Amino acid sequence: MTANLVNILMGGVFHAAILFLVAAGLQVVFGVQKIFNLACGSFYALGAYTGVSAVGYFTAHGGPPALFIIPLALGGLAVGLVGVVVERGLLRFVYDRDETFQLLLTFALVLMLEDLIRMTWGTAPVSTGGLYLNYGQARILGATVPVYNLIVIAASLAIALGIGWLLSRTVFGRIIRAAADNREMAEALGVDMRWVYVRVFTLGTMLGTLGGALVIPATAAMSEMGIELIVEAFAVVVIGGLGSMRGAFVGALVVGVLRSVAISVYPELEMLLIYLIVIAVLIWRPRGLFGTAAA
Amino acid sequence: MRTPVVLSLVGIAFLGLPVLAPTYYVTLMLPFMAYGVVLLGLNLLFGYTGLVSFGHALFIGIGAYTGAVLTTHLGVRHMELILPAAALAAAVVAAPVGALCVRYVKIYFGMLTLAFGMVFYTFLLKFYRLTGGDEGMRMLRPYLLGSEWSGFSKTAYLIGPYYYFSLAVLVLATLLMWRIVRSPFGLCLKTIRDNPLKAESLGVSVPRYRWYAFMISAVYAGVGGALLATPTGNVDPTLAYWTHSGNIVFMVLLGGFSSFFGPLLGAFAFIFLQDTVMSVFPYWRLIFGAVLAFIVIFAPGGLMGLFARRRRPVEVSRA
Repeated sequence: MTANLVNILMGGVFHAAILFLVAAGLQVVFGVQKIFNLACGSFYALGAYTGVSAVGYFTAHGGPPALFIIPLALGGLAVGLVGVVVERGLLRFVYDRDETFQLLLTFALVLMLEDLIRMTWGTAPVSTGGLYLNYGQARILGATVPVYNLIVIAASLAIALGIGWLLSRTVFGRIIRAAADNREMAEALGVDMRWVYVRVFTLGTMLGTLGGALVIPATAAMSEMGIELIVEAFAVVVIGGLGSMRGAFVGALVVGVLRSVAISVYPELEMLLIYLIVIAVLIWRPRGLFGTAAA
Repeated sequence: MRTPVVLSLVGIAFLGLPVLAPTYYVTLMLPFMAYGVVLLGLNLLFGYTGLVSFGHALFIGIGAYTGAVLTTHLGVRHMELILPAAALAAAVVAAPVGALCVRYVKIYFGMLTLAFGMVFYTFLLKFYRLTGGDEGMRMLRPYLLGSEWSGFSKTAYLIGPYYYFSLAVLVLATLLMWRIVRSPFGLCLKTIRDNPLKAESLGVSVPRYRWYAFMISAVYAGVGGALLATPTGNVDPTLAYWTHSGNIVFMVLLGGFSSFFGPLLGAFAFIFLQDTVMSVFPYWRLIFGAVLAFIVIFAPGGLMGLFARRRRPVEVSRA
């Protein structure tokens, strides 16, 4: 009984850890640039496929399987640099446009990235095999949990704390918060907004691609994973509140754990339950649970 | 005026197409006409009222599933009954959904419609026994004008009677929408789009009018969805998926949301372009994503905006 419960809970928290990374990317971009990035799920998929390739390259060249997490994370972070290209090449043209057009531009990215992934990696699912079992299994209250999942949860927590530190204690964080709060005032005080936007968008992209890379050892990369995850990340930010990091954290936990519970109790409910909560939150408290402070 | 001339030429072309054009292109016209009906409605919301729905595929799904349930399970085969039923089903769902959604604008409206669309999608996918799950449901060939057209093969039926039936529906839908946008009601919607505060102070009940627009556009999407189901012969949950909603907004933008006929041109261009691209290059989304990005950045007026050079520039900047 307890073992079962722990299993469900750990599954949910693992999923929440990944969701948090993607949702945090969505939040930081929305907080500063006021763009709701539909393509954050596509970045996640891109990170996942790159992760598989990076690990494949690493092991094929004699890298010790136990260290696979290093190329995995590096690959995930490196492909996040595509954010620079996207921001400079596309998004910068639409900052002063109606948000409908910004939304549609990110939808264009969703379409392009989906097929770019299919062109590069094919349509069949790819995975890293059972590599993650290298780290063994841990026994928690009678349940067996892969140690890899615990590592990811810890990494996600560390990143959450890191973002918190970045936003509250560093100069760049202060600039981000100022820009989120009042763009014109920040610019008047000498902040080069173009530079901020590039960095913020790339940070958001990297969070998404890293999330995708980290999830991949525990599952397989499929070309639809991006457009499926975006609606979950969307649920997270709506529940937590658009633009709020604390909101992303709480929202990810709510969505991850509830989904995991629903799957084991009444599978038909799975995502239905999440969307119903999203609707309830939007109607009852459209700003979300933590939607007061931006970024 | 040029417009009546163009319209009569287009009308003649449509009437003569099944006789003159190769069968394949005639069958491509069927989804075009179905989407045409959907987009006329969607643009009442998008172009005329200024609300962008990212969940409108919900109502296409409702229309299509209404048709499938009626023909396969309830033995109702007459298209003249299926279309009103689809419209009614869409209206019944749109009434509460719309009432909740129109309380919000801009991104929150988009998010709420997306969430409702995904609720319906998940329902279709997960409640296998009712909906057939991911395999969906068959849509049997409907009777038209009381006749089964049993002497016609599937293709002959589609490019013959069904083509003209769809055309008639599209023409009726277009005439009706033309009346709607030219009516005082349509003018109120435009005022709401351009200046909701002013509309309110002039005595227009903004949420109520937005709700009406939502209902009308949902009914159009329901009818279009039912029309769309017959050529495919099968309905499945992806009809209600959020990317489908995105695609129909794309079609409106491709044609031009600020013009009455823009969405129809958009549906036409989307379907024939998709077909052309797919025949030479399997990754049509890559090309279409690039086209969409180009339109958003450089030509927000869409194809209509490119044609109509002398018209007033499209207003896209943030108010």
